[in-house]
Amino acid sequence: MYNAIRCCFILIALFSSLILFAQGNPEMADTMRSNGKIYVVVSVCLIILIGLFLYVWGIDRKIRIIEKEKVE
Amino acid sequence: MDVPRLFILNETIRNLYFHVCMWFGMMILFIVSFIYSIKYLRSSNYKYDLFAKNFAAVGCLFGILGYTTGAIWANYTWVTDQGQSLAGILKEPKLIGAAISLLIYGAYFVLRGSFSDIDKRARISAVYNIFAFALLFPSIWIIPRLVGSLHPGAPGGDGGNPALNFNDIDSRLRVVFYPAIIGWTLLGVWITTLKIRIDLLKDKTIINV
Repeated sequence: MYNAIRCCFILIALFSSLILFAQGNPEMADTMRSNGKIYVVVSVCLIILIGLFLYVWGIDRKIRIIEKEKVE
Repeated sequence: MDVPRLFILNETIRNLYFHVCMWFGMMILFIVSFIYSIKYLRSSNYKYDLFAKNFAAVGCLFGILGYTTGAIWANYTWVTDQGQSLAGILKEPKLIGAAISLLIYGAYFVLRGSFSDIDKRARISAVYNIFAFALLFPSIWIIPRLVGSLHPGAPGGDGGNPALNFNDIDSRLRVVFYPAIIGWTLLGVWITTLKIRIDLLKDKTIINV
């Protein structure tokens, strides 16, 4: 449980800093705007993958609980 | 794959394959959930209630992912490059509508959790799920197209239905877009079936399904 909460906090901290960084520097030079904003697509893709991964990981934990009950 | 070269959007047009597909996936999963709720009310088979619950749960996951990705996308296009104020973004009817409908589906799970009696929970939450699905349409499909919206399909813009109008999306995008919808949706369906199997396994001792 603590692990999940810690993961969430790390993720929120990670992405909020990204957004704040870009708002502070509206020039075309920063990372998210380089190469025709392709890193926006990269971050969107990563969010989806991380979100789905965390969800499937939650399902995995449920299965583990059921397996333990079966053994007992 | 080459994509149309547009100002402001630049390469972020490729988010069509991710952000937009999340909402398509959510919509399809909610439709399936709605169908299973009706099937439950017709047959009172407890299995259908589990199906409806899990399809709604994964639909909400897709909705939340769509919301998060949309926030990032808006930040680098609408907020800075299109000169929209933050107030303008927050007034965006599609954002408000999507938030409302996701909260309504959130209440569905709160409702489910508040019953200890299995039959009562299944019946009342099936009725509520139908209500939630009915509210989904005005809040995310109808109202944003009646009032001004930054999303495609708003009056004043190109109009029409950008998702289903075959002339509205560039053909180069369509080649990837339609398979991507199918792919993301099938991924959601697969995750749902995993959840359903866990629930059936858990309840095998309680019920005979």
